[in-house]
Amino acid sequence: MSVGDYIRNSQIWKSVFRHPAPTDRRNRVVVMLTNFFLHLHPVSIKQQGIALSYTWCMGGITFFLFLVEALTGVLLMFYYRPTLEWAFYDIQALRDVQTLGIMREIHRWGAHAMVITVWLHMYRVFLTGSYKPPREFNWVIGVLLLVLTLLLSFTGYLLPWDQLAIWAITVGSNMARAHPFLGGEGPGFQLLNMGGYDLITNASDAKFMLLGGRFVGEATLNRFYILHCVAIPVVVSGLIAIHFWRVRKDGGISQPL
Amino acid sequence: MNPHPDLTSGVLHGLGWYYLILFVMNLLWTVRSFKVDGEFKKSTPILGGMPVATVWAVLTSILLMLSAAHFTGGSSPEKFMIRLPEWFKNPVDAYFANPVIYFAGSVGLYWAMIRFREWWVQDTVAYTMLQLSLIFMGLSLSDYDFRQIVGKPDNVPIVAMLFIVSFLTWIYFKRAVDNDNRIAQGRPLFEQENNEKVLVWPDLVYIELICMVVLTAVLVFWGIALEAPLEEPASSVKTPNPSKAPWYFLGLQEMLVYFDPWLAGVVLPGIILGGLIAVPYIDFNKGGNGYYSFKERSFAISTFLFGFFPLWIALIVLGTFLRGPNWNFYGIYELWDVHKVVAANNVNLSEFFWNSPLFSWMYGGLPKGDSFMGSPTLTLLLRESPGILLTLGYFALLPPLLGLTVLRKYFVKMGILRFLVFSNLALWMAVLPIKMLLRWAFSLKYIVGIPEWFFNI
Ligand code: HEM
Repeated sequence: MSVGDYIRNSQIWKSVFRHPAPTDRRNRVVVMLTNFFLHLHPVSIKQQGIALSYTWCMGGITFFLFLVEALTGVLLMFYYRPTLEWAFYDIQALRDVQTLGIMREIHRWGAHAMVITVWLHMYRVFLTGSYKPPREFNWVIGVLLLVLTLLLSFTGYLLPWDQLAIWAITVGSNMARAHPFLGGEGPGFQLLNMGGYDLITNASDAKFMLLGGRFVGEATLNRFYILHCVAIPVVVSGLIAIHFWRVRKDGGISQPL
Repeated sequence: MNPHPDLTSGVLHGLGWYYLILFVMNLLWTVRSFKVDGEFKKSTPILGGMPVATVWAVLTSILLMLSAAHFTGGSSPEKFMIRLPEWFKNPVDAYFANPVIYFAGSVGLYWAMIRFREWWVQDTVAYTMLQLSLIFMGLSLSDYDFRQIVGKPDNVPIVAMLFIVSFLTWIYFKRAVDNDNRIAQGRPLFEQENNEKVLVWPDLVYIELICMVVLTAVLVFWGIALEAPLEEPASSVKTPNPSKAPWYFLGLQEMLVYFDPWLAGVVLPGIILGGLIAVPYIDFNKGGNGYYSFKERSFAISTFLFGFFPLWIALIVLGTFLRGPNWNFYGIYELWDVHKVVAANNVNLSEFFWNSPLFSWMYGGLPKGDSFMGSPTLTLLLRESPGILLTLGYFALLPPLLGLTVLRKYFVKMGILRFLVFSNLALWMAVLPIKMLLRWAFSLKYIVGIPEWFFNI
């Protein structure tokens, strides 16, 4: 008996994998049904649904990049402290000193790549008309995922706390100040007042809520850190789960009738 | 410091590798051409009986020589000869340093992409365009200012994205043209052929595995090759010029040139998202579901492509590569000179209106203070009434008007609610190009300008 067979017949192996090696047709079916990770997929699938020239694999790549970001992001969180005192220098140390500093590069380039692939995925879905019935709602979930992906990227942009970061966020969050009714410099904010006192001022408007202050400062860093590392990823994970579930329930990848 | 430091040996070596890669690419292509285009049979008359592959062979050898020249020229870069001449760069800058021509050009490209789709989906045509753009990139990289902006680590993904998007768009049109022909001839669609059921293990799981390995390799390589940017520590007193939002929001930042933040930063993004969400509910066309096609959904596809290319990708490219200090427009080979002055003398619609001969004679110019019925508010409204009426008419009158005339077909099929949503979204989409045109043609600043209420359109 070879070593491989010995391992595969051991009690330990069998306790982990509930099926023999997927070498024949029966076990290739069984593996899909009994493995937690694989049960995301159906057992069999139409050829066009997995053709690279049809799906461009962009949804899958986006998902993979999301996982890469989660993994490298957790590793970065072990080093990085979101305070005015340390944020910049922790990132600098990641670049110059830390052994696994390349995690920061992978995290940043992965984030850029994810923004691009999520656009391309949407582009493909549109061009193949895959948003048409019965997949309308999955398109809607997709649009939410698109927004959240951009927000993930945007909130992460601030964390290195360098010149690039705070000014990009300043430019971006100035928009909140101009929110109609809810921004301190937006049209109609004067209408929201009580007894002559404005309810919306630059200390209570949408920008203030986003930044936790009038300017990009320590409170902003804290807010963006929580949004970036906890709040948005949790929501995105949930939506991705629903997205995948819907792909299957809506009849798998779209194809001509 | 010399504002245009010259080529360095590092750059020359980099370009040497660049041309070496192009050489390998074209070597393979020459072989392919020899096999596919035929040796001597299918030759074109221009080539006088020579195989098409000859052209590629010549290009291939030129690229090899270019590569060798760059590798050997590295020792004395200041004497290196192969670079873009000024007589080429100056007109290109004069051309690019102009938002009007840039936008018109991107719309023209968009139109040509659709109009000539059957021509450019051919392998040789597409490959030629790819090579031309790569060689253009290579030559341009010999320019200092071009390198500064294109070579910035954060901008590299955008350049990559341009190539990837072009490639995927090519795939789309190739498949769509093919399917359109199949439908016209009554043959089954491409997606209907070879569409047997296969087992997910192994057919899909191995694709996924290979995909993950390749992507990991790409990310690690990318991470080693390019260091993530880290500038000086944040300082709330030193404002960088220009201050740019992250690159994927530069399309929105570009809209700030034409609209106030409440529109460019809040309302328009909201409309974009709302519009995207509404897409499946307003597209009543049942055709083209689950396969690539153009003719069956030409309206939907053209609209989407218009939003995606001229109004999104092109504006991101503009914001990233062509907007410099003070948000002025700079050519791709132009130095980002902080002191560049661009005259901006924009006028509001109300000024046009009330200062026109007729109304300045009737009313005596712009209504001011509380000159109208003793009320400042009413005076403001009167002053801005032309713009307010125009805007209201645009959003309230145009949809029913269109529905009864040009778009009657859609109106009938969609029903009233769906049609109103659709036509308003379409009108919103046109808002940016309209405002751009008005700005360029008449230096128009605001259609409705009530800075007192932060309400400017
Ligand atoms: C985090 C972002 C996203 C992830 C991870 C994701 C993932 C996926 C995956 C893996 C698929 C299977 C087919 C494929 O790979 O193409 C899929 C399908 C789909 N996605 Fe997404 N997606 C995301 C965002 C979006 C967006 C932005 C849209 C559209 C606005 C969208 C709409 C759809 C639709 C309609 C399908 C079904 C397509 C079909 O049946 O052909 N998704 N998604």
